[in-house]
Formats: sequence, structure tokens, C-alpha cells
Amino acid sequence: MNKEPAIQAENLSKKFGDFTAVDQISFTVQPGEIFGFLGANGAGKTTAMRMLTGLSTPTAGDARVAGYDVYREAEQIKRHIGYMSQKFSLYEDLTVRENIQFYGGIYGLSFRMIREKTRELIDRLQLGEVARSLVRSLPLGWKQKLAFSVALLHQPRIVFLDEPTGGVDPITRRQFWEMIYQAADEGVTLFVTTHYMDEAEYCDRISVMVDGRIDALGTPKELKEQYQVESMNEVFLQLARGQ
Amino acid sequence: MKQFQAFIIKEFYHILRDTRSLIILLGLPVVLVILFGFAISNEIKDARIAILDPSRDELSRQLTQKLLASGHFTLSAYLDDYEAIEDRFQQGDTKLVVVYPPDMAQRYGRDREAKIQLVADGSDPNTATTLINYASAIIVDFQREQQPFGTAPLQIVPQLKMLYNPALESVYMFVPGVMTVILMLVSAMMTSIAITREKELGTMEVLLASPLRPSLIVVGKVIPYVLLAVVNTLVILLLGTFVFGVPVEGSLLLLGLECLLFVITSLALGILISTRTESQQVAMMISLIALMLPTILLSGFIFPIESMPWPLQWLSNIVPAKWFIIIIKNIMLKGVGIPFVWKESFILLLMSALLIAASIRNFKIRLA
Repeated sequence: MNKEPAIQAENLSKKFGDFTAVDQISFTVQPGEIFGFLGANGAGKTTAMRMLTGLSTPTAGDARVAGYDVYREAEQIKRHIGYMSQKFSLYEDLTVRENIQFYGGIYGLSFRMIREKTRELIDRLQLGEVARSLVRSLPLGWKQKLAFSVALLHQPRIVFLDEPTGGVDPITRRQFWEMIYQAADEGVTLFVTTHYMDEAEYCDRISVMVDGRIDALGTPKELKEQYQVESMNEVFLQLARGQ
Repeated sequence: MKQFQAFIIKEFYHILRDTRSLIILLGLPVVLVILFGFAISNEIKDARIAILDPSRDELSRQLTQKLLASGHFTLSAYLDDYEAIEDRFQQGDTKLVVVYPPDMAQRYGRDREAKIQLVADGSDPNTATTLINYASAIIVDFQREQQPFGTAPLQIVPQLKMLYNPALESVYMFVPGVMTVILMLVSAMMTSIAITREKELGTMEVLLASPLRPSLIVVGKVIPYVLLAVVNTLVILLLGTFVFGVPVEGSLLLLGLECLLFVITSLALGILISTRTESQQVAMMISLIALMLPTILLSGFIFPIESMPWPLQWLSNIVPAKWFIIIIKNIMLKGVGIPFVWKESFILLLMSALLIAASIRNFKIRLA
């Protein structure tokens, strides 16, 4: 793996008419890093993420994702990233196996590759017994893990996780984060938005967005020292109150 | 291409797994055609009529005979006086009462005129009008028979011929109508629901973040419904032809192409709706009110457009179904070719182009 940053944003902005949703944000994410992307609702997180995933064109500034330019190479970006939305991103009326085959298919994996990956994934998540059942019948925690694994199916360099653990119990969340760490160990870059402050502590580095700007950026330890508080929760509250 | 294939396979899973909807979508056209073909008919047979005949002479008896022999009427009762007429109607077993004058034969012979009163149950206006028409026609016919040959001063005898539908079978109208409604239902409503479903579930975001092109996503969602529409069209045409004897006089190829054109217009409507709505429920309501209702009411399928007030007549022009019904009736019943349907086809084509352009614009705004 080269030393090129996984994500590099410089003065990236997005305006909708007079409203500036994202205001000149700059940051760099290194390969294999778990980058937490925090902010209150409406702070511009989603818009920023949409620009980085090639869903939306920036109004100004520059950004490169996986080495590709967000303006000119959105197609290439889509090929090299994975995405898991806050809403559950598998199809409930398809079986576990069919979901895996579908996502493998739309990312253009070969049939042989899909077959191998399916077997491997089902073994790893110990889903052998339910491989032929509809995803609808699985417990939420299993679905979540399956969705994450599916997002990794085409071996993307970066995975964007949009509030991935909403509505999941703490134990499952813990297990989910173990999967995230494992992926990071294998060199995948993870870009995670979250509402849970305890999850923020798990990240390597965190940025906090307020009103379209990035007001704080650093490791959880650095941020807590900077704001002289005990937890990320307090860091977040101070920033959100505009202090 | 393989990506697209994976997508289509998924779409078929969605449709096939939803057995209830599938049964409805495949069964509905069959049920509708059979219902309209057999049960709902404009022709009335064996309507019950009562006779009030104070004269009871040869002439009135002959006319009664003739009425009852027509097949349209059966006798419910002979009445004795006027008061009995209303009782009959209130009992509900009589739709029409024929009232003869006293001394009918005498009057006819002496004054050359006899008045017969027809009293119908106006609470059901369509039936009443039809029965009055039947009875009047039979009476006129009877009168002509009564006149000795050559004695009539002047006779104008209309000879009726119903071109394109000699027996005035209502199923001739219902086959094109049902086809229109079903194609609209499958192509517009079902696709709008299918696309908004992905949005509602959040899977649309995931698809958009994948290398699949947005246009392919839309085309992929639409293709299974196009197939379903084709199957439905075939089923309706086959039922119409082999069960009800509705002819397809014109070119089958042209008919197929026109159906495809209407499917495209409907799909464009469905896609446009899905670009503006976020939930399946809203998509369904909009489809029902803005598409299905006008398709049934303002297309000329059930109510003739000519007899609507002008604002509705004007409004009917923007209902694609109106133009499609004209096209397929012309092709199926009159057997005409492109020279007689190109105007309507052009209107549908124009509508499709505008709708698709509007959808693309909406979609771009959403993505921007």
C-alpha cells in the first residue's frame, strides 16, 4: 500500500442556494485509520459524506478519495469505496446468500469470486444455518454485521459508515467495533459518523462539525486535553453550544 | 452488463417473493375482463314488465305478445288499475309498465291514433332509458306491421347498422378500457411504489454509492414491470379474442408498439412520482388519485367524454389514457393503420418525452 492519504479534503464547500451546508472543511485521513466524523443533526455531516462518496458535487474546494478526484473521477471513487447507511442496507426479502451475491454482482465481481466470498463470509460470521433464510428473520445485530461484511465484499480501500450502530444493543455494538478494528488492521480506512460518544472514543482521530465547519480535529485524547474535560461527550457539548 | 444482470435478478426476487401482490397483478386483469365481459352488460335481457290493459282486445294482446316475444321483457303481472303501478315499482320486481288505453282497437280503427303510456322506474335512469328505447322500437315496428301494405301515406324506415360492433357488445369497449387501466396500474403505480421503496428502506443511498449508474438503477427497476405489463396485455387480448370474440382487425405489430408506447408514458409518470416522494404510501396515494382516477373516469372508458362539461373535456386532454383508448379502439375495432393514429401516438410520445425530462431534472436536483 502506498503512502498516499486515503481521503484528502481541502477547503471543501457545498452551498444550496444561499445556504452553506459545508463551509471550507479540510482534513486528511491516512490509510488504515478509523476516522470519526461527529456533529449534531444538520451540522453538515451527511452533505460532506455525500461529496466524498461521489453522490454530490462540491461547490468549491478540492478532495481526493482513494486517490481519485471527486469532481472528475466519481465513478472510480464509487468502485473503491464501500458504503453502509444508517438505515439498514440489506434487502429483507432476499436471503443472506442472495444479498451477498447481489452486492458482489453490482460491484462487478466475477462469479467465481462471488462464490468464494460468499462461502468465506458465511463461514466467518457463522451464518451457515441461516444462509438460505430471508434476512428479515435475522436478529438486528446479525444483520448489522452482515451489512458491514457486505460493504467490505469488493475489498474497498475506504468504507463509509453512516451511523452504523443506531438501535443496536451495547454488546452487539462492541462486537461490531471489533469488526471495524479488524478491518482497520487489514489496512482498510474507516470513515464513521456516529451519535454515540463512547464510540467516538474508539476512533483513532475525530473531527467535530458545527454549522458546516470543522471546529475540532484530533485524537480523542488531544481533544479532551484541549477542552480540559473528562469525556468526549463534554467536548461535543462544549462545541455544540458554541463555546 | 453483469452488474446490471445482478440488479435485475434482485428485482425479480422482490416481485416473486411478494406473492400476494403478484397474484393480484396477474389475476386482476383476468377478473376485470371477465367481470366486464359477462356481468356488466349494457344490453338488458328479461327485464320484468307489468301490463295495464283495460281494453283487452285483439290489438293490445298482439302488442303484448310482441313485447314479450322480443327477449328483452318478461311479464311480472297484469295490473287492474293505476294505483297498482306504484305498488309494483315499490315492490321492486317491475322495471317498466305498459299502459294501454281503453278500447285500443276501436280508437286505432276510428281515430287512427291510440296512445300507449310507458312508465319506467326512473330511480335507475340507465335501465329506464334503455327499456323505454326497446319498448318504443318494438311499438313502432308493431305499428308498421298493422298498416295494410301501401296504405301508409309516407314511410321512413331507418335501417340501422352498427359499424365495427354490429351487436353493440359492451365488451368491445371494456377490453381496451381494462387494458388501459391495467397497463397504467402496473407501469405507473407499481414502479413508483417499487422505486420509493428503495428510498424508504435506505437502500437507494447504497445503490447510488455503488458503481451502478443511476440511469441503470431506474431502468433495472422498471424492466420487470414492463415484462409484467406485456404478460397482462397478452392475457387481456387473448381473453378478449377467444372468450368474447372481440376482434383485432388491425396490425398486431402496430397494436404491440402502441401498447409499448403507452407503457413508456406510464413508466415515465411512475418515475416522475417516485422522484418527488419519499414513502411508498404517498407514492401509492398520488398514483391512485392523480393517475388511476383520471384513467378510469376521464379517459372515455366508462363515461363518454363528449357528454362531460367543458372543463372536464379540456382536462381529459392531458390524460394519456384518453389518447391510448382512441388508438387501440381504432386499431382493434376499425382496423386502421398509422395514418389514422399518428396524431394520438405523437401526443403520447410528446408526453413521455416531457415526463422523462422532468424526472431527470428532479433526479439531478436531488443528487446535486
